[in-house]
Parts: sequence; C-alpha cells; structure tokens
Amino acid sequence: MCLGVPGLIEDIIGNSPLERTGKVRFGGIAREINLSLVPDAQVGDYVIVHVGIAISQIKEAEAEQVFHYLEALEVPENRRDDEVPR
Amino acid sequence: MKYLDEYRQSDGIQKIAAEIHRITTSPWTLMEVCGGQTHAIVRNRLDQLLPKELELVHGPGCPVCVTPLEMLDRAIAVARLPEVIFCSFGDMLRVPGSEHDLLTVKAAGGDIRIVYSPLQAVQIAEQNPTKEIVFFAVGFETTAAANAMAASLAKTKALGNFSMLVSQFLVTPAIESICSAPDSRVQGFLAAGHVCSITGYERYLPLAEKYRIPIVITGFEPLDILEGILMCVDQLEQGACQVQNQYRRAVERVGNRQAQDLIQSVFRISTQHWRGVGSIPQSGLSFNDEFASLDATVKFDINNIKTTERHDCMSGDIMLGHKKPKDCPHFGKECRPEQPLGAPMVSSEGACSAYYRYSQQERSNEHPVPATLKN
Amino acid sequence: MNIQCPLPSRTEQTIKLGHGSGGEMTQHLLTNHIQPFFNNSWISQAYDSATLPWDSDRLVFTTDSFVITPLFFPGGNIGELAVYGTVNDLAMAGAEAKFLSCGLILEEGLPMATLEQVLASMAEAARKTGVELVTGDTKVVERGKGDGIYINTSGVGVLQGNQPINPSRIRSGDLILLSGDIGRHGISVMANRKGLKFESSLTSDCAPLNGAVAKLLRGGVEIHCLRDLTRGGLATALVELAESCNRGLVLEESSIPVSEAVQGACEILGLDPLYVANEGRFVAFIPEKSSRLATSILRNTEVGSSCEIIGHVGSEGHAQVILRNDLGCDRLLQRLPGEQLPRIC
Repeated sequence: MCLGVPGLIEDIIGNSPLERTGKVRFGGIAREINLSLVPDAQVGDYVIVHVGIAISQIKEAEAEQVFHYLEALEVPENRRDDEVPR
Repeated sequence: MKYLDEYRQSDGIQKIAAEIHRITTSPWTLMEVCGGQTHAIVRNRLDQLLPKELELVHGPGCPVCVTPLEMLDRAIAVARLPEVIFCSFGDMLRVPGSEHDLLTVKAAGGDIRIVYSPLQAVQIAEQNPTKEIVFFAVGFETTAAANAMAASLAKTKALGNFSMLVSQFLVTPAIESICSAPDSRVQGFLAAGHVCSITGYERYLPLAEKYRIPIVITGFEPLDILEGILMCVDQLEQGACQVQNQYRRAVERVGNRQAQDLIQSVFRISTQHWRGVGSIPQSGLSFNDEFASLDATVKFDINNIKTTERHDCMSGDIMLGHKKPKDCPHFGKECRPEQPLGAPMVSSEGACSAYYRYSQQERSNEHPVPATLKN
Repeated sequence: MNIQCPLPSRTEQTIKLGHGSGGEMTQHLLTNHIQPFFNNSWISQAYDSATLPWDSDRLVFTTDSFVITPLFFPGGNIGELAVYGTVNDLAMAGAEAKFLSCGLILEEGLPMATLEQVLASMAEAARKTGVELVTGDTKVVERGKGDGIYINTSGVGVLQGNQPINPSRIRSGDLILLSGDIGRHGISVMANRKGLKFESSLTSDCAPLNGAVAKLLRGGVEIHCLRDLTRGGLATALVELAESCNRGLVLEESSIPVSEAVQGACEILGLDPLYVANEGRFVAFIPEKSSRLATSILRNTEVGSSCEIIGHVGSEGHAQVILRNDLGCDRLLQRLPGEQLPRIC
C-alpha cells in the first residue's frame, strides 16, 4: 500500500502554512507537490511523495548503505548459478 | 530515476538472493504487511529467487481491500446524490458494494471524479461553490497525513461544501492482532516502509519483544524487499527478535513529527472494522470534535444503510496469511479483476489481483529461444 | 477474529467505461454481445480490418471511431487521430489506404473555430498519408450529450504484398519487433486532463504507420503479422495475438523501450506502461532471417527510429505472453482487465 515515489525538488513555489509547495521532478515529468510535511527539504533534495504530498526527505548517506554492503558481500565460492532457482 | 532504478538492478538483487540462500537453514514464514510489497514481489517474481524453505504470506496492507462494505454502500449512496461531486482514488471505484460499485453509479450519471491527491478534492470544492464535494478518504497512516491536510485546508479556507467519508486504518494494531492470534503462522514481519515514514517504529519495539518476533521496516523496490527478507531471516536463524530498519533512507525511528501532529489535530483513534478481517480495537481514525462538521456520514444522513455481506469468499484468511489466493475455489474463475467477487481481487495491491495478473502457471521452458537471441 | 468476505454476484447490466478500454471487458462485449448479431467469416476472424473477396481478394475495409478528451493534446488532436487510426488499421493488414469516409458527431455549442482546426488537421493528415476523404456525414447532438466532437472514419485500401499479413501466419521462432517506445500517447493525454497537472515535454506518439510498413514490404522484409498498439497497450495486443496464433510469446522486459517521462508518470500514478495506450506504435512478427533487414529499414523511418526486437514466438499451444525480467524471472501478461485506474496505494 501507499505508493511513494522519490522525486527531486527543483523549485520552492509557495510557503504559506499547509501550502508549502514545490516543483518536484519524477524522471521525465514534474508536478507541483505539497512540501509542508518536510519543512527542512530544499531545492536539490529528494523527497518521497505519496498522493501529491511529500512525506519524507531521502537521506542520501543511508541510501548508499546497501551498495556498500553489496560491495563487501563477496559471492561465496561454493555458490553455483543453478543454486538460485528460476 | 534516481532512488528507483538502482534498487532494481539485477546484480545486487541476485547477490542478496544468494546470501539469503546461504544463510537459510530452516523453513520460515514471513509476512509482508504492505500490499505495495506484495505487488512488487509478485510483479518481479521475487518469490522465484528465494529458497524453497521460505514462505511469504501477504498481509492486510491494502486499505482499498479492507474498507468495510457499509462504507462502500455509504459512498455509493452519497455519490448518487445530484448535488454531489464525489472524489475518490481510482482503486476504490471497482470495489463491489452490496449491490454494485462506484463505476456503476458513474455509468448511471453520478459525478464521480478520480483524483490523484486529496488536495485536488479541496480545489474542486473551491471551484464549485454550488456543489457538495465529498472525498472518499481511504488509507493507512501514510494517506492519513494527506487526508488530514485536506481536512485542515478545507477548514482554514472555510469551505462549507467540502466533507469526507473517512475510512482510515492503523497498521500497528493490525500487526499486533495477527501476532496475538493463536493460529498465526507468521514468524517474522516485513513492516510497511511508507507507513513508518509517518509513524516511525517505536511502537513495534514492545511488539517484537512481547511476541518474540523479528520486525524489519522494509522499502518497496526489489532490492529493498530482498534486503528486508535477508535481515529478517538472519534474525530468525540466530534466534533474534528485534526491530530493524532496512528502509533507512526514508524512515526515521521517530517518524515524521509534522505529519503525526497534523493527523492528531484532525482525527482521533477509534475502533475500526476491517473488511474480511473483523473489528480491531483502536485500529482506525475518525474525525475529532473540532472537525466533526466535515464528516460526510453526518452531513448526508447515510448511517442507516442496509448492507448484505456474503460469506463464501476467503479474503479474511488470505489477508491474515492463513491461505494463499490460489487456495480459493473462486480464484480466476468467478472471481477475476474485471469482475471481482472480493476486494483483494480489485485493488492492484490486493493479493488476489496481484496473483491473478502476474503468476498464473508458467510454461516458458516450452518456448525455446531462437539462436539470435542467445548471446 | 471473525473471518468473512464480501462476495456479491455481479453481471454487467449496463455499459461501463471499461467496456471501451480495449481489454478483457471489451473482448467480452464483442464476443458475447456484438459479434453474435453479425456472424460471418470476416467478423469471426476478429481482425481490425476485413480482406474482402473483390479485386482478387485485395480489397481491405476497416472502420474506427474516435472519442477523446481533450480534443487537442501535445503531439496531436482528434482529427489527426481519426485519419491515422484508420490508415494504420489498413496498414496493419498490409494494405495501402486509398479512400476514407468521415462521420462527424458535433455537440451543440462547439466553437466553429475548433471544428475548423480539427478538419484542417484531418486534411493535412490525409495529404500526408496519401488518402482521399471522399464521403462523409454530420450530425449535431444537444449540449451535454457529447465531448465537442466525435469522429468515425472508415477506410478502404489495397493489399500491397503477395502474402496476407495476419495472425494466422505467425510461426514459432518468429521475432517480435516493436517500432518504438511505448505509452507516450496515453500519458500525454492523461497529463493534460484536468487535475493531474504534469509538466513535461512529452508528446503523443500519434503518427501514420503506412509509410514504415510500405518501406518494410518494398525492402523485401517477409512480414507475418502486424498489429498497431492502441487501447490496452502492448500487453493486451500481444495477448490477443498469442491467442489468435495459438502460440506462446516470450518478451524480454529490458528490451522494451519506455521514455523517462512515461516511466515517471507511471510511477506516480501506479500504472504499468505495458498497458498504457499508444497511437503510433506497432509490433511486427518477422522470421528470424528477415529481422536484421527489418530493424535496419525501420530505424531509418520517423516512426521506427527507436525500434527494438523485444521477444520471440514460442512453440504451438500454451497461448500466453511471458515477460522475462532482468533477474531471469517470468511473469505472465494478461489483457488489461477494465480501465487502468490510477492507484494510490
């Protein structure tokens, strides 16, 4: 449930309470998004957007963690390709 | 798209899948609570990458599926009124009520509009002062923040023609209810990342301890889900029962305070009926006294609608993880996405619909690949 | 805890929007409610056009209606669509469109300037595709009973190649060529509907396909079957073809081109690009030996510059479409059930 999509804040448009809004880019499209619930998010930040409202600001350092983990994770030598069922 | 594409790359996914294979020594049953995760698992066929010992069961995490029948019948009654513009998220339109669905009301001339955001419904109210605008406010905590914002805005703007039909659910009490069921098979949870963006996960700490069950807050992309499974299995294999946060890039321990304050300023916690599951205490939200005037059930006198629920579908069993969609005798026969018999076949996040669309019997081995496509 | 579930029985008593979505409901409407009244050997083939026993079986006939809001969208309008749609249906049977009819249903209150703008586009589209618009009809309905303009066009054309082009000629081992990235039309129309308010430079893929088909045929490509992708998207079209030829189709997900704009819009609306409408895209079923030639010819056309081979035809029986992802996992594609509704969750 709760479709949430990451988007890039390109512009802050409105700043009144409950109506802090910004232009947020999702790949090849952009849309006006309510930013009231992410008061610290600024232009250049990524936010998770659900039904037109940003609910969370993405923490870049945390987002990288899994890739560091993957780098550290060596494929065990005894693993053969056919061990992963298709 | 950044923060999406890199979590869908096959190399990383395969590596984590291999790691899951490596550490799994016993059979485990995990529940992904959220319908969005079910959707991603079945759509990407992540289940095919997992060891046979692991079973994933699907939780009640689809607000469209669990919205009670009486709510739907109320929605249908309101949407029929000539003075009403009824605004709803798309998924809700196909869910069957006692007699028919909202699409049927639309076909009969009801002014029903699909909105992407609750804020659009507020705008429609501003633009149509002579009409009554009713928004079908369905959702879990994630959507509650957005719905509360719409209510707050409407009040600030003193829109007398805006009201909401509220069908709000809280996930944590539902998880507790599954944990405490004596026949529960679930040994570990993947908790819904976006709900936790709002709520945080402190409330899960006593649950994990009390029921000795690992809970991993998990995101929605294939890599997230597999990492969540890996963390959960790792705990189970080691006998641990902690709350872990896989979805750290979007979820903080305390959640989103602004959103929590906003929800609290508009709603109060109430008992909620989950369609197919039953009543769960303190698992819903309804308007507090200050916002009571926005309650469409009061405004339109639709509390006494007779509903007739039939009992020959097993969505409750499916949403509690007792059974799988394919265990249902109606699955794919009388019950199909274009003619759903129960709600989980309606919403694209409903477990039955996800199974129907993505995972009927495969026979790809019978279709050999031509030489030019083998590189 | 009490376990129960809603299970009202449902049969369709009225027409729903989903009946026009081009998916499962449309199929049901055609098979159960429409075709039985007009049973003959052409209708029962259920192709987009009929090849008629006239001029040595070279006469091809088709019809199509256009009901779209908004009337104007980035990259096209209803007038262009009405010409290209029918020309494309003929092209998909391997026929060159010759003559079109045009039925207009106009809503009271439609600005004359709007009508003229649409007609000018139709004239330009007809010129571009080399068809003559030779007969027509106009009706006006009361205000509120139409969306400004509805257009029906019928067309006749003449078969080009020596071999018929239709689903019964699809063979195991054929490759499936997709003419370009998918979903532009559906998303660009949606982006312009009230409320969604997307900002993008995306334009509809609305385009005539007859030129590209003619080039393939003239270039000596052996084509077994063609199908333009319209409502219901790529997935629905391929499911229908798999059933028609009674063979399995296997697609490689990563080879299916989707633009960034379509991906972005689909992500936030929870839609699947495989089911989003197109108006200027087609799939061609081609024997492996012709595939390289076909790709190189198509890459040099305006409508096919981003074409890709997206899969192949499997063995006979098991008429289904399998989408294989990067992970090597398979999922089965179905027809679009009803309308594709944006989901929140």
